[in-house]
Amino acid sequence: MKVIAVVGIAAMGLAACGSSKKAATSPPTTTGSGGTGSGTTLKLGFFGALTGADAQLGINIEDGEKLAVSQYSATNPSVKVTVVPFDSQGDPAQANNGANTLINDKVVAVIGPAFSGESAAADPIFEAAGIPNVSASATNVALASHGYKYFHRVLAADDAQGAGDADYLVKTLGAKTVAVIDDSSTYGEGLATVVRATLKTNGGTDVFDDHIAATGTDYGATVNNIVSKKPAAVFFGGYYDAAGRLINQLRAKGYTGKFMSGDGSEDAKFITDAGGAPAAGAFLSCACADATKLPAAQAFVSGYRAAYGTAPAIYSGEAYDATNFVLAAIKSGGATTPSAINTYLANNSYSGITKTIKFLPNGNVSGGTIYVYEVQNGQIVQIGTTS
Amino acid sequence: MHLHSFITLFWPSTVDGLVLGSIYALFALGYTMVYGVLKLINFAHSEVFMVGTMAVLGLLNLLNVHSPPGGFRLIGILLLCVVVAMLASGSVALLLERIAYRPLRRRGASRLAALISAIGASFVLQEIFGIYYTRNAVELPSLLGHAVVFKLGSAEVTSDDLLVVITGLAMMVLLERLVATTKFGRGIRAVAQDPETSTLMGVNLDRIIVYTFLIGGLMAGVAAMLFDVHYHQTQFNIGQLPGLKAFTAAVLGGIGNLRGALLGGLVIGLLEFYGSSIFGSQWRDPTVFVVLVLVLLFRPTGLLGESLTQARA
Amino acid sequence: MSVPVSELPGRMLARVGQAQVRLNTRAGRLWAAQPWWARTLAVLALFAALAILLPTSPVARVMAPQSAWSIVLSEQIGVFILLAIGLNVVVGLAGMLDLGYVAFYAVGGYSLALLTTRQHWDFWIVLPIGIAASAISGLILGAPTLRLRGDYLAIVTLGFGQIISTTANNLNFDGGPQGISVIPHPPSIDHIKAFSYGFIDGKPYYYLVLAAIFLAVFLARRLERSRVGRGWMAIREDEDAAELMGVPTYRFRLWSFAIGAAVGGAGGVFFAAQANHIDPTVFSYQVSILVVAAVVLGGSGNLFGVILGAFVVAWLPERFRGFANDRILIFGAALVVMMIFRPEGLWPSRRRRAEMGDVGSGGGMNAPLIAPSAEGDQ
Repeated sequence: MKVIAVVGIAAMGLAACGSSKKAATSPPTTTGSGGTGSGTTLKLGFFGALTGADAQLGINIEDGEKLAVSQYSATNPSVKVTVVPFDSQGDPAQANNGANTLINDKVVAVIGPAFSGESAAADPIFEAAGIPNVSASATNVALASHGYKYFHRVLAADDAQGAGDADYLVKTLGAKTVAVIDDSSTYGEGLATVVRATLKTNGGTDVFDDHIAATGTDYGATVNNIVSKKPAAVFFGGYYDAAGRLINQLRAKGYTGKFMSGDGSEDAKFITDAGGAPAAGAFLSCACADATKLPAAQAFVSGYRAAYGTAPAIYSGEAYDATNFVLAAIKSGGATTPSAINTYLANNSYSGITKTIKFLPNGNVSGGTIYVYEVQNGQIVQIGTTS
Repeated sequence: MHLHSFITLFWPSTVDGLVLGSIYALFALGYTMVYGVLKLINFAHSEVFMVGTMAVLGLLNLLNVHSPPGGFRLIGILLLCVVVAMLASGSVALLLERIAYRPLRRRGASRLAALISAIGASFVLQEIFGIYYTRNAVELPSLLGHAVVFKLGSAEVTSDDLLVVITGLAMMVLLERLVATTKFGRGIRAVAQDPETSTLMGVNLDRIIVYTFLIGGLMAGVAAMLFDVHYHQTQFNIGQLPGLKAFTAAVLGGIGNLRGALLGGLVIGLLEFYGSSIFGSQWRDPTVFVVLVLVLLFRPTGLLGESLTQARA
Repeated sequence: MSVPVSELPGRMLARVGQAQVRLNTRAGRLWAAQPWWARTLAVLALFAALAILLPTSPVARVMAPQSAWSIVLSEQIGVFILLAIGLNVVVGLAGMLDLGYVAFYAVGGYSLALLTTRQHWDFWIVLPIGIAASAISGLILGAPTLRLRGDYLAIVTLGFGQIISTTANNLNFDGGPQGISVIPHPPSIDHIKAFSYGFIDGKPYYYLVLAAIFLAVFLARRLERSRVGRGWMAIREDEDAAELMGVPTYRFRLWSFAIGAAVGGAGGVFFAAQANHIDPTVFSYQVSILVVAAVVLGGSGNLFGVILGAFVVAWLPERFRGFANDRILIFGAALVVMMIFRPEGLWPSRRRRAEMGDVGSGGGMNAPLIAPSAEGDQ
């Protein structure tokens, strides 16, 4: 196994040497500081769901990545970059095929994998092949615990978010009693577990736990329990569809306490799924900042609108930043091999539209501000941070 | 184990369970009648239901209903919803019979082949909505608002709770009378008992089968409309989980038996809520299936037995 | 059952006569007439051809241009074929509809994942344990439920399949929704590429799974012709008659359930080892439905038909990745069309075809639907 990995990396290295040799004879370029040639085209992978039930998040990420690459290409660089997507359908059982398909395609880096489950399956494969992978959305805590060198993510992990959320509920909102519900998914349960653990130490009380089905339509049993136990707030770990149904049914049964959820629910669909008015006043958290509100991001927002006809949605900005960091490695760092790109990512920082990205040795991003949003007048509005 | 919350939540659980159970019961009729006559698990019946929920959504969008309407307008819209849902679900049921089952019967295919054909048809119907409409959940306007009519113990009973349970029971009684007293009902019972002999006795087998599918579809349409009114949400795969439960309800009550479908539906609706309050929501579905297995071990043909033929009993 | 008891033995004999049909085909006779070493050589040659030719890159370009072919071939197609072979014992041979087969796949997968990551046991030690655990869970599930008849069994197994993945999700010791990651690969034999199990090259796994498929086919064929196999055939055709003829129907059905479960468990072990990560979403109810579809599509009861069906069901979605959005739609339509025009499957069992015209068998899943009135009934 190790032998193959070494051979694989060596092969990549050889291929890259070939291209840089070619570069030596070609005229110097205007932008690159490395000596790369006009004939070089590098492939940048995308790994995430483009079809299936969870496709929207994957599409947001791919759009962010493609926008960054097309803006890069518009500068007419000496090293061309194309995007090679793999549609994983969000299914961990597809991850092995996906990672190996991208490796066979000789990608130099991958934006993704998008979800935590498929990341758990694909990350070790990219590690074995020595392909840097930068996720714009996988926030599961355990992903950074394996000591992988090629794994990165531009979002803070769920332990930062979950702890921030629990503190925000108890300290900022003054909600001492909290019911913590999750959707039994890898992400939702992971986030809720951190919230439950933090509530034990920060002065709050976890009065009720429940695990609902992400695809269920009737959360009456959970709602009845919450209504009878009257917690000051409900925290939900999961995605927007279930979050919308849950808050709708809670409000219909007359629950008036606070409602908070994480980045999986930070989508306009949360409000429509809730049926509009019931979502009012709900708090949402994300390690991501609202790209449309950032001054540095206005070029990105208008470019995104022009390219796709919609405003950037969740994770688009992160994918854009992640892609630009990799492109910076190619452009400013002159890196054309996976290992050179990885070295650049490890040793440099990149000032993006959502944050300044600096990777820690375990692949997590340093810092980790958790932004808080509130639903006001049918809009998700950024109101501050958890600290 | 939270026996304490079972006690404190008993009344709300009971109300919610009966509401959900009434929808299951109506939904289960399609499974139970087709099984009673054809001995076939109509796997695509969940999509018959889904199309009904989509039809109501389309109608409400067309009528531009956004907030709870009042008075006669409300009654008119509700009636229109029921009719449209029944038409949509009924037509899909007929289409299924025509495309996915009848050709197989003509070729003497096995019931296993018919099951696979039904699964295929189910994929097709779901994907048509998933691809050409949306895979996201879609919200419907609330028609009845949240009007509490009376309190049952600690539970608030709302007007849509009442609408679901009363409509459900009324449709069940109506159908039972239909099968028990009309000529058409005799035909269904005859075919269910012995298709060969009933053909010899002058029963038009094809027509009876078509009617069976149609009635199952109409009832699924009513269930779909009630589902929309109560949960105001639908999705391309909305039929799957309720379909599985409705089929389980049919088996639990005694497949082929109309009263069994009602009993099975209500029992499963209640079990889901009682089970959730005792063991937590994550054990909701396992509770249902464990009870099903236990019941079948002691009563191998369900609570009331297989007896479409004895519907008048 | 409207058949007078006195007629039963005669009918049974007639059926067993029909069953001989397959052995009397020309190809079957030719194969049976060869000496054992010639048959062994032929099988080894086939194995070598499949092992050497299938994973090559010209084949890959045709078969799966947008995928990693060696991974697809081993982890997806190969494992799926194993599942179909296992389920065929239950559905095709014993005639019981199992809609919760994924349960055994999950038991195999979780056995490997738990024992290798927590106990650090070797893959080769866990493989038989995983198979045994699946077989035992087959017995545990089967013992109370196999007295139920056809459709009741179907719904109960469906329920079990559902419970298994929900339970895996709800419990903590198996990682719950987080699943189990970093499952070790089987130990490699140094410097021999064919036995170097790793992340990148799927070929070593392909050889492993291919060998498992050959072994499963060999065992399944032996079983089919054994006393148990003949018993299954009798049960499938007419359970009451079989019981009357002295076939211990309950015990034999239990056997088929356990054997089918064992093969499915082996599939789970191989999958978990190669995928290196499993969680409850991998063992969803859709897997059960797809395996049943593969078995029926290929030709329930005919081992090679079932393998063909599994290959087609697992391979087509990879081949037509470009149509990713429409592929389930196309697959569904194909199922309906296939069942209309070839209800007995792509490569039907002759034995089963002989039964097709047979009326009044015990009401199991293989009984025909009632015929339309236009043609009357036979």
